[in-house]
Amino acid sequence: MTSLQKNMDIDRHIVEIMQRTGVDLVCSVPCNLLGGILTLLGESRVQYVPVTREEEGVGIAAGAALTGKKPLLLMQNSGLGNCVNALASLTGLYELPLFLLMSHRGGEHELISAQKPMGAAAPRVLDALGIPSILISKETDLEKLEASIRSAYADSRVRAAFLQPELWPCSA
Amino acid sequence: MQRIDIIRRVAEHDGLIVANIGFPARELFSVQDRPAHFYMLGSMGMASSIGLGLALSQPRPVYVIDGDGALLMNLGSLATIAREAPPNLCLVIVDNRVYGSTGNQPTARAEGTDIAALARAAGCPYVLEVKDEQELQNALTRISSAMTVIVAHTEPGNAEVPIIDLTPVEIKQRFMQHVEAMQQVLGNAGL
Repeated sequence: MTSLQKNMDIDRHIVEIMQRTGVDLVCSVPCNLLGGILTLLGESRVQYVPVTREEEGVGIAAGAALTGKKPLLLMQNSGLGNCVNALASLTGLYELPLFLLMSHRGGEHELISAQKPMGAAAPRVLDALGIPSILISKETDLEKLEASIRSAYADSRVRAAFLQPELWPCSA
Repeated sequence: MQRIDIIRRVAEHDGLIVANIGFPARELFSVQDRPAHFYMLGSMGMASSIGLGLALSQPRPVYVIDGDGALLMNLGSLATIAREAPPNLCLVIVDNRVYGSTGNQPTARAEGTDIAALARAAGCPYVLEVKDEQELQNALTRISSAMTVIVAHTEPGNAEVPIIDLTPVEIKQRFMQHVEAMQQVLGNAGL
């Protein structure tokens, strides 16, 4: 199997997890690493709303959750910084379900220096907000992702996962 | 026309209402308190986005009581709303040119930013500007099958209204129960 095919397998696996866990609304600002997932979502039956800024996605997700939907916000970790107040004073305050699925930039092999500060801060920002998060760095970790998404909807809370670049062989 | 006059008119219509943080939510609560009201207690700027999420997820009309200051915080929302354009969404922007809940500090609107022009430029096809209650009433009754933005030119001013004595989780739970009950009614009616 080529690395490119392996990448597509990972993307497909993640979208299958979304479908199995009942995700029915995805809001997103794209990231290079998430391109494959976004393409597959576009071909799926999951409702997909591109947003101009990640915080907008938190608001749309809250409205959808108020009707019983299971929303997911797909973004780069840099977008977390754009969401902080709404996550705390909307989603968290009203105890609404939301899953934050983020590509995690700024690591060891990162070529763009601007990705480093927020990449390092993002997990601690979530800690400060009281939002549990997990790191996903290999395909076998995806079981943890599935369990975490389920718990966000079962407990009506915000949960988060950081997808590490090494998850995709072509980008590591 | 002041904000509470607009809110009173909107509350006469059947549907879900999202009320912006601060005095808009408190004024709606005092005019009439219903489970179909979602009172924002935080997250300034998110009213139009919450309304969009609601309108995309269920079929009943959704009215959003937003403000010029709050909308300026989330202008990208106009572009997303224009693209998604759910026909059951009505965005009512109380355009009073000030941050009313914090002491009437001027917004950029006071310096000439044109909210209605921004909505049109974002691609919203139906943008109605109203300056009195009669025009507002006419605009609200015209809403039926298309996503609409109403920009209500309004005098600044807050009504003397109490604090909302509901917890956030109470607001959510009764709102969700209401939505679910209405879905069942619509389902039973074969709609």
